[in-house]
Amino acid sequence: MVPKPPPTPREILARFEIFLIGFASIMLIFILPILNAQGSIDNFTLNLWGKYLCYGILAISVDLLWGYTGLLSLGQALFFSLGGYMMGMYLMRMIGTLGQYKMPIPDFLVFLGWSQLPTFWKPFDSFLFAFLMIILLPALVALIFGYLAFRSRVKGVYFSILTQALTYAAALMFFRNDMLMGGNNGFTDFKFILGQDVRSADTQRGLFIATSILAVGTFLLCRWLTKTKFGLVQRAVRDSEVRVLFSGYAAANYKLFVFVLCAIIASLGGALYVPQVGIINPSEMGTDKSLEAVVWCAVGGRGTLVGPIIGAIGVNALKSWATVGETANYWPIILGGLFIIVVLFLPKGIISIPGILVGFFKRRPKDDAAAPKAVEEAPAESKTDDTIVAKTEAQA
Amino acid sequence: MRWSASILSIWLLFCSLVSAETPREIIAKAIVVEDVAEQAKLVKSLAGQADPVIPELLTKWKESEIYIYEPTEPAGPKVAVLLVGPKDAEDKLSAIRVDSGAPLKDKDGKDQRLTTDEATSADTDSDVRVAMKVVLDFLAVTDTDPVKRLKVVEQIGLNQDVEKLPVLLEREKVETDRKVKRAVGEAIALVQLKSEDAATQIKACDALGALGSIPAQDALKALAKETKDAAVATAANKALTAIATHLQIVNTAGTAFRGLSLGSVLLVVAMGLAITFGLMGVINMAHGELIAVGAYTTYVVQNIFGAGLALAPFGLKIALPGMKMTGAGYDAYFIVALPLSFLMAALVGVLLERTIIQWLYRRPLESLLATWGVSLVMQQLFRLTFGANNVQVDSPAWLSGNWTIYDVILGWNRVFVIGFAIAIVVGTHLLLTRTPFGLLIRAVTQNRQMAACMGVPTERVNMLTFAFGSGLAGLAGAFLSQLGNVGPGMGQDRIVDAFMTVVVGGVGSIFGTVISAIGIGVTDQSLQQILGNPVLGKILVLGAIILFLQWKPAGLFVTKSRNLES
Repeated sequence: MVPKPPPTPREILARFEIFLIGFASIMLIFILPILNAQGSIDNFTLNLWGKYLCYGILAISVDLLWGYTGLLSLGQALFFSLGGYMMGMYLMRMIGTLGQYKMPIPDFLVFLGWSQLPTFWKPFDSFLFAFLMIILLPALVALIFGYLAFRSRVKGVYFSILTQALTYAAALMFFRNDMLMGGNNGFTDFKFILGQDVRSADTQRGLFIATSILAVGTFLLCRWLTKTKFGLVQRAVRDSEVRVLFSGYAAANYKLFVFVLCAIIASLGGALYVPQVGIINPSEMGTDKSLEAVVWCAVGGRGTLVGPIIGAIGVNALKSWATVGETANYWPIILGGLFIIVVLFLPKGIISIPGILVGFFKRRPKDDAAAPKAVEEAPAESKTDDTIVAKTEAQA
Repeated sequence: MRWSASILSIWLLFCSLVSAETPREIIAKAIVVEDVAEQAKLVKSLAGQADPVIPELLTKWKESEIYIYEPTEPAGPKVAVLLVGPKDAEDKLSAIRVDSGAPLKDKDGKDQRLTTDEATSADTDSDVRVAMKVVLDFLAVTDTDPVKRLKVVEQIGLNQDVEKLPVLLEREKVETDRKVKRAVGEAIALVQLKSEDAATQIKACDALGALGSIPAQDALKALAKETKDAAVATAANKALTAIATHLQIVNTAGTAFRGLSLGSVLLVVAMGLAITFGLMGVINMAHGELIAVGAYTTYVVQNIFGAGLALAPFGLKIALPGMKMTGAGYDAYFIVALPLSFLMAALVGVLLERTIIQWLYRRPLESLLATWGVSLVMQQLFRLTFGANNVQVDSPAWLSGNWTIYDVILGWNRVFVIGFAIAIVVGTHLLLTRTPFGLLIRAVTQNRQMAACMGVPTERVNMLTFAFGSGLAGLAGAFLSQLGNVGPGMGQDRIVDAFMTVVVGGVGSIFGTVISAIGIGVTDQSLQQILGNPVLGKILVLGAIILFLQWKPAGLFVTKSRNLES
């Protein structure tokens, strides 16, 4: 009788996964805000973590595209800031007449010589409309761009370069004053959200809870999605799009769906990000921001859902620590260096470190004792993409 | 017309009569003469003489810095003197005779010193001042420097100075410089628009129309509105139409030229990418920083030729000594900088290839990410070494002028960039198709395994190809230092455009890159001119590119392949 092989780290993790997720969710949604309310965690830290979580949501959207579908989008920062801008428009309207000029329209419009609100600004008095736009506008942009791109089978690096160009063009547009979106300075000096003072500790805690719920929700949604048949096709597209096409799947539709979904996720993250940091401007759309989100994802470990969140929080915590004082000058070097090292030596991110370590210690004795078995194992590891395609074919 | 001609003849007569006297003597005489008409006559007699002392003395006279001294003991004739400082204890200044330039002597033969009260300031009458102006203009028009001459002549034309018409007519006969002669003709016609005589006006209109004189538009419009003579108005309108046509052509040609030069810049920047991305398939996001390496090399070489450079990266103190050259020697720095920037960038490229890129040939998306990390690191290294601000790179004299051909301004640096782009394209093409190394590059890029089987050292070929592409980026940097800012972020501003250029041209096709660079450059400039807004033009170009790739997803020139995945 063949003895049962010892469980791999992944299997061990999978057993506890549900508990881990539950624990993290309860920590984020209940424990941290309660600790903050009774004073154990100061407001600044909570706010910082709220920011990290928003970045985490952005990183998940990058990962769903890149890690699971093989589409390296350099335009996720665009969707993130679009959501931020939509929320910003609502927040700008909530300032009311409390601006510098004491006028019923946003200050920058007064500055540009407007005396009345431009038509497209008017509906943003309503939170519901702003919320709809946070979802619909990025979805529409992603739908149009994605339809055009996937229809003509733009893929690989071409897709990356095109999304980068799209982001670049959008940033140029938002930098212009006659776009009537605040130009260079963007939106800031927010006062109220849903009738509450946006800068008060209670509101910020509420925003943190909302961000936590969104992060957990996004995580669960993506976890569910990637485990369905849809997720299987998604990964098959990543591994060999041509085989998926020959199997009779409309790969373009799958990609389009994921692209639009990720745009919405990023946009929601951006919408919660803006009231917490209190500013949105076109530099958030820079191509470097998109690349940074890719860095978080790669550092954490793409192709997993926990990886990007760990990456986003880890890299940003490191950034908060490193950009203070003397080391500030060296931060880009640290970030760049970290990135080179991860890409070269840890293509699966830091999430793969435990596995590598365990494998390293386990393989040693095996190599000595049972050489043929090691050979047997090697093809099994590289089998993954074939099995996925095989599975999908079977299901089709 | 007639009166001006007569004045001219009087001058010429006068010139011949008094030519025995030096300009100094004439001015001194004019200052002391009581009769205002005589004064004006004497001043006018100076016209046509090119002595530099004339403008100096006339200006001083006009500004009441010349004094008339009447010696009292013994009483003598009035003398025109200049009182020059410093003042001594008795407030006296030394007196210089205007007629000889020598110090004024008293009766004992000593230098005489005067207070400003002892002499009377020589004043000028308005007639005299007019005469002075005429003389000074005449002098300016006869200036030996054609550039200065041109400026004066153009100014006279713009002001439509009727009084200076004789000066211009005189000049037209002797002017040899082609450009100035054209300007003189233009100025004469402009001035003649003010003439009383309808026939002269019509002739002037025709002349301006034929010249396509852009500055004459306002004067012609005014004339067309004010004149009562229908024939003159028709002539003016006809001239205006002719000028408008000319202007259209000039603008179009200017746009085409600017588009071509922008295309050349794009091409120079994208050429390196066409090698590393197009042929090798490596997405090098640090390409922009390789460009900056070239630009900074140019900066360092310039400083070594000049005053030297002190750098302080990471607390180290590096003082590069300067050769303190000036003029042509200093300008030659650029010639030295070109090959050096190629070499430096190629060196950095080799380093990059050996340490990072060689492991990522099969993972293009990851080469994108790793090289982005490299680009972050390099940008910060530039910042720490050369400072966060832009650095100053001077253009050599032979790159900073321009040619004006029929009102189209052709900057030498832009012409040079176009020429250089052509040289790079031809050079690259020859290297790829006519040399053994080029053969190896093509073999490796087309089928690496097969090439390796045939004994091609693929690793070394990869390294050298990458070095070549990087070197081209360095050359581009040396050029961009002449056209725009040199700073740590200079590469990032260009990288999106460069990738676009290569993608639109068709990856792997050098020829496609050329066509797409010129196409994008000309489209960009045309849209800018039509919309009158550079940013909007750029956004439209990006949008157009995205749509273009719908139509031709693999770019203009597709490299044929049977591979499904590529």
